[in-house]
Amino acid sequence: MSAHGGAIGKAPASQRAKDTGFRLTMLACLGLSVGLLALLLYDVVKDGASHLTMDFLTSFGSISADKAGAEAAIWGTIWIMVVCAAFIVPVGVATAIYLEEYADHSRWWNRLIEVNIQNLASVPSIVYGILGLAFLVRGPLSLGPVVLAGGLCLGLLVLPVVIIASREAIRAVPPSIREGSLALGATQWQTIRRQVLPASIPGIATGVILALSRAIGETAPLIVIGAATVIAFNPEGLDSRFTALPIQIFDWISRASNDVNNYKPLAAAAILFLMILLLLMNSVAIWLRNRYEQKW
Amino acid sequence: MAEHVTEPEDKQREAAPAGGVGIPDQGARFSRDGETEAEPRRPREAIFQLEKVVVSYGPKPAVRDVTFDVGRNEITALIGPSGCGKSTLIRCLNRMNDLIPGARVEGRVLYHGEDLYAPNVDAVEVRKRIGMVFQKPNPFPKSIYDNIAFGPRVLGRKQNLDETVERALTQAALWDEVKDRLKTNAFGMSGGQQQRLCIARCLAVNPDVILMDEPCSALDPISTGKIEDLMMELKREYSIVIVTHNMQQAARVSDKTAFFTVELASDDDHRTGRVVEFDDTEKIFTNPADSRTEAYVTGKVG
Repeated sequence: MSAHGGAIGKAPASQRAKDTGFRLTMLACLGLSVGLLALLLYDVVKDGASHLTMDFLTSFGSISADKAGAEAAIWGTIWIMVVCAAFIVPVGVATAIYLEEYADHSRWWNRLIEVNIQNLASVPSIVYGILGLAFLVRGPLSLGPVVLAGGLCLGLLVLPVVIIASREAIRAVPPSIREGSLALGATQWQTIRRQVLPASIPGIATGVILALSRAIGETAPLIVIGAATVIAFNPEGLDSRFTALPIQIFDWISRASNDVNNYKPLAAAAILFLMILLLLMNSVAIWLRNRYEQKW
Repeated sequence: MAEHVTEPEDKQREAAPAGGVGIPDQGARFSRDGETEAEPRRPREAIFQLEKVVVSYGPKPAVRDVTFDVGRNEITALIGPSGCGKSTLIRCLNRMNDLIPGARVEGRVLYHGEDLYAPNVDAVEVRKRIGMVFQKPNPFPKSIYDNIAFGPRVLGRKQNLDETVERALTQAALWDEVKDRLKTNAFGMSGGQQQRLCIARCLAVNPDVILMDEPCSALDPISTGKIEDLMMELKREYSIVIVTHNMQQAARVSDKTAFFTVELASDDDHRTGRVVEFDDTEKIFTNPADSRTEAYVTGKVG
């Protein structure tokens, strides 16, 4: 049978076997990761769902497990997230604009900054905790272990993520838009302010939300900077002491539990609440991206 | 900046030809269907005068030996094979090349007698007076209205915006097609409409000159015809410089034509464009002085 003339037929059996083998292997890998995740979720829901009540959300910590709740931790988390967002949005976006629109990439210092931002994104969070402790809580700023310090510390941690996401969003705006604007006699700043930024806001917002959803689950830096574990009040300002959900979870898990005082289900309930919050934030990010994404 | 550049454009246009070089008009032009029409003779006023212009994007020139001028209310076509530096050159005329790192312009580019590259000349001020339409339509991701209003808004001309928008769209022969959907996104228009929108956007800031860099290369023949008609209309009020790959287009619409060639360096394949011939379009296409021009316009070489 000539190569082109005969019936097309099937590929050789050995090739088909390899093909099937690969498909099954990849499916198994997928199954393993999704399965483990499902198991974890099931375990948390089983332990925590019945404790996730309004009472739980509106009570402070307590020595007695059945009276304890996560109110202080929830408000603490909200406070530090607001501080974190207020810090990372202007600083991150401005940095991204500088690097994309103004920086001369033939200069070594600009390239050095870029490489370092990439590196900073992968620095372990505990290092940021130490930085926060040495620089924000004590040392030059001496803020103490308060809301402002916690929010700024988490902000430093996720700032590289915001910068990288914002740069990508800005870079996605085609050069022809900038040219069109400049050719009309707009200045570079007018072009950025009225064309580039509006067109990249959906991408920037998505990046900010994803950065916040990373920050919201961070425990190590907050422990290092000395956030409280059990406090019976909500933060009242930037200079209030605070606790946060991940710390509360860590505290409940690490406490000795017995039949009378079982803190484990409380931890599970707080994990559930944190995950619901995360899911909501990520949904908003996806919705934003789909709703406002500009097709060029 | 010199006095005349800061005057309102309308006054400028009515003013006596300051930088006139006194070349008599040729009196006969090609119109779209090939017939000639008589026009009264008047002194020809140069908007741009280019003298030995060299543009480089690095150590070697991309285009050199460019000497010609652009007259008021004329359409000047830049033609020539790919890579000959036509687009590079036209982007010098409104200092768009400033945006490219390493771009350098030597020689003299005079605009109404003033050096465009003098140290005290601000590129933003230049671009307010010299509009540009690009190869690929590049509407902003905004409504049709906001596309047109963008220019006047950034220049602080916010009075009578509605009138400005209507006038610009009418001049670009687009008003009747879009007047009922001014608030819809410009991305929903056809390619030809988008390009006319870009022309209207340019007209809304009331420029002195319009530079067009292959404005029809992404368009179908019908849209191309509309843009060409539009150019003939616009040259009553504006001066136009157009880069085109399409020789028939140059023959149909332009008054003057500059023919570029490209020279390939023997050692490293570096391409350098240069102007071979600049003359009345009619002469370039019927009786060119240079044999290279003739070979190109008769289709013997691409």
